[in-house]
Amino acid sequence: MSARTVRARLAPYAMIFPGWLWLVIFFVVPLVSMLSVSLMTGSDVDGFTQTWHFHTYVEAWNKYHVQIVRSLIYGLIATGICLVLGYPVAYWIAFRVRQKYKSMILFLLLLPFFVSFIIRTQTWNFILSDNGMVLGLYHALGFHGGHVLNTSTAVIGGLAYNFLPFTILPIYVSLERVHPSLLEASADLYANKTKSFLRVVLPLSIPGIFASVLLTFVPVASDYVNAMILGGTRNTMVGTAIETEYVTNFNPPMASALSFILMAVLLVGVFAYARALGTEEAMEMAATA
Amino acid sequence: MSTSQDPPIDLLRGLTQPRVSRRRMLQAGGLTALGAGLAACSIAPARKAGGGSGGDSMWGQQRAIAAFWAEHAKPLGTLNFTNWPLYIDVDPDNPNVRPSLDEFTKKTGIKVNYREDINEVDTFYAKIAPLLKAGQSIGADLIVITNGVYLTKLIANDYLLPLDQSAMPTFYAQASDLVKDPSFDRGNVFTMAWQSGITGIAYNPKLTGREITSWQDMQDPKFKGKVGMFGENEDMPNSALCAIGVNPETSTEADWQKAAEWLKKQRPLVRKYYQQDYIQPLTQGDLAITMAWSGDIFQAMASNPKLNLKFVVPKEGAPIWTDNMCIPRYADHPRDAMIYMDYVYQPEVAATLADYINYITPVPAAQQIFEQEAKDADNDDDREYYQNLATSPLIFPAEEDFARLHHYRVLTEDELITWNNIFEPIYQS
Amino acid sequence: MTTTLAAPDGITPETPSSSAVSRPRRRLHGRWILPLWSWLVILWLVAPILVMIVFSFNDGTGRTVSTNWQGFTFRWYEHLFSSSDLTHALVNSITIGLLTTVISVVLGTLMGVAMGRRKFFGIGSVNLLLFANIAAPEVVLGAALLSLFLTMHIPLGYGTILIAHVMFSVAYVVVTVRARMAGQDPALEEAAHDLGAGPVTTFLRVTLPGIMPGITAGGLLAFVMSIDDYIITSFNNGTTQTFPLWVYGASVRNGGGVPPQTYGVGSLIFVIGVLLAVGGAIWNRRKV
Repeated sequence: MSARTVRARLAPYAMIFPGWLWLVIFFVVPLVSMLSVSLMTGSDVDGFTQTWHFHTYVEAWNKYHVQIVRSLIYGLIATGICLVLGYPVAYWIAFRVRQKYKSMILFLLLLPFFVSFIIRTQTWNFILSDNGMVLGLYHALGFHGGHVLNTSTAVIGGLAYNFLPFTILPIYVSLERVHPSLLEASADLYANKTKSFLRVVLPLSIPGIFASVLLTFVPVASDYVNAMILGGTRNTMVGTAIETEYVTNFNPPMASALSFILMAVLLVGVFAYARALGTEEAMEMAATA
Repeated sequence: MSTSQDPPIDLLRGLTQPRVSRRRMLQAGGLTALGAGLAACSIAPARKAGGGSGGDSMWGQQRAIAAFWAEHAKPLGTLNFTNWPLYIDVDPDNPNVRPSLDEFTKKTGIKVNYREDINEVDTFYAKIAPLLKAGQSIGADLIVITNGVYLTKLIANDYLLPLDQSAMPTFYAQASDLVKDPSFDRGNVFTMAWQSGITGIAYNPKLTGREITSWQDMQDPKFKGKVGMFGENEDMPNSALCAIGVNPETSTEADWQKAAEWLKKQRPLVRKYYQQDYIQPLTQGDLAITMAWSGDIFQAMASNPKLNLKFVVPKEGAPIWTDNMCIPRYADHPRDAMIYMDYVYQPEVAATLADYINYITPVPAAQQIFEQEAKDADNDDDREYYQNLATSPLIFPAEEDFARLHHYRVLTEDELITWNNIFEPIYQS
Repeated sequence: MTTTLAAPDGITPETPSSSAVSRPRRRLHGRWILPLWSWLVILWLVAPILVMIVFSFNDGTGRTVSTNWQGFTFRWYEHLFSSSDLTHALVNSITIGLLTTVISVVLGTLMGVAMGRRKFFGIGSVNLLLFANIAAPEVVLGAALLSLFLTMHIPLGYGTILIAHVMFSVAYVVVTVRARMAGQDPALEEAAHDLGAGPVTTFLRVTLPGIMPGITAGGLLAFVMSIDDYIITSFNNGTTQTFPLWVYGASVRNGGGVPPQTYGVGSLIFVIGVLLAVGGAIWNRRKV
């Protein structure tokens, strides 16, 4: 082999090495370390040692299964809301907005992210207050009572709000790739608009839907800041529990076990979803774009 | 059609590319085997074996402490002071200026770097514990920690410097009985009180429609959805114990169960379990009645005179807590911290602080200062203001009040676990 | 004419307009639903920002912004940076953001280019690594890293925040650059080789300019994610403050409300962001 071929062969490895190393040290190793910690026992004062104590996982589930299930439910509902709200918007931008305005509209979608997520969520706290703008209007119209803040509605609303752009963008990307001539052809073949949509557009947008569910469901189910700011009683999510176990209970094994349970559940869900959609073929199609 | 003109599109396109097959996932499983190899790691105990002050005997320890302070006899001219927010006087025109600290600098030449990094004891402890465990300075010479689980831990794990008892003359001369020789730090080995406070009930008379006098009022179904409680394992459980008529300091596990029952009965009425963030909802009208700290209401009304809120110490009794000054181990300027700690017990200084902070001052003599100010006042407003300060039971509690005020239950490691298991589910679910 | 519904993209050349063929008239009155829906959604997204800007001018004596309008004032903007804690935190966030961007872009571009070019042995496992990183929940990433720092007795602070931020940003840069790379014509690089350019020169003069939009996008994403991060930072920051942490702490310690200066700072950041984006768009248009 010539020196040049050797260099060409080695080049990819040399190029990925720094990034790969960073991820291995600060992502893989911590995860493995956390796995190891989840099997330790001990106490804060005396230290923790490795004892292969798998029972911690059972304890974590027993103690927090309500929060885990709740996080998944909130995740599903919020993702559902995002899809319902977001798909039409993505469709509109892809097919109805004139080319020269598309970037601007996409930009409008991302505009809120310029301001810190904490400020945005705190502002919802402000807006949804019992005497705030929304309910103030409600009362002015003659209705009484009602509170939105500190309920699950507020939390799910906050979750949907904060992650909606993540839902819209991937769907938009895959819709963008649908050549208008396909729609024309479909119309030529006497399909009405609904049929065109269901048989042509929707299937082609599946890779986008998959990506957007991935980018929405995982962060939503594992978020807990929205619950912290907008939630009331009975809104605690898994993330808060993990933080409490670390910080208030000085119990890293329990916190680690809980983290793994969360991640396992999420990833299993995502993979099952991927298989159900038959996304392997869809993803290949998307890749050749 | 897709010509990648839109950069954000690239990201999303990249995310929709194929990447994972089942075989890969199984390969990933191999990583966990690797992890087993890392099983040798462990988490070090919080307390270093063998202690830090050298010598196990009492005598040995005293000598080591004395030697330490002899070494650090001279102040270095800087003090890094980390405190809770709104816990020191502030110039109304410039929030970065603290007159009492400037006075201190003028008198002693020590410059104070003041930070308000402590929002919650538990998260603050979680930040500093790893540093202290590793033998490193936390960047502060003087911190203020509430008595309770975390202060006990700091002391038990040897994370605090024992004070120089010979450098505390003002303290011993001026401190009230409430803060001298407290149950959580006998002999004031590690701490001197900064301020004390009462956890009681704050309410909006317009929304409650009546006066509030008892913890049982917080179970009134009329307030459903507008009741606030603290969501932590110190004030809330101890208040609940008071509510069922038990003295927290001597409570047993059976009492804790009963208190938990009381709290569980209350849950459907509670809007949220708050941290410090209950004032805004109370002001906004989202809450009608809530657990509160005594000074918070004073301060809220002082900064917004249009508010109409009331604070009451319930008749069954209430928890009283003390925020304590202490010096973390490995502090860079311990002598400067000692000087400041003793300095604030001078009655004039204590009065200046109490004027702004509005919590229970540890220096009873400050009361005479306020009375003198009232007498010397040249207009009615000022006179009334100082009279209020001098006679406020929330700054200078009367002897009779003391009977109703109880310190937190001091918990051992094991008791703490039981305690947490009983009370955490109430605000964590 | 029969057109098969094959794979999307680049298949049929522009077909002659079918205006000659008569088609059933489309119903026009349903067409307003979609735009209305979309604009309402966009309004919903932007609403809190508008509220924030408006209320940053709200007068008031309290420590936090009041829900009642109490009069117009510029007061808060005068003392915007009077709190040294806020300035400190903001500066930290910006510097960490910039450093994160630089490091992630360097690491990520190298990786993205290598992965976008052609398959090599082991590319599958690297893909898995990136996917797992993007898919892993923030709370798990933060807690795991904290766990590592604790076991290794590494003190928490500015450095650990930076490490964490780069860790979660790199994958996004890689993915963006790789996608852009995949759209590049490999013939360009071959041509450069044929003309005698060494690999480094090729990379710098041919590859890099071509993927620049991907790099910019990835960098922008890394910056925004770093500056806005709360969860991972809260686990690994020790006593160092960043802007989101400060805002959350400020709201908690002010009894749950937002101090007026925060709204002012938020509005300012927003306006700067908008100006940058508009400026960027104008600059892009000029280049074309």
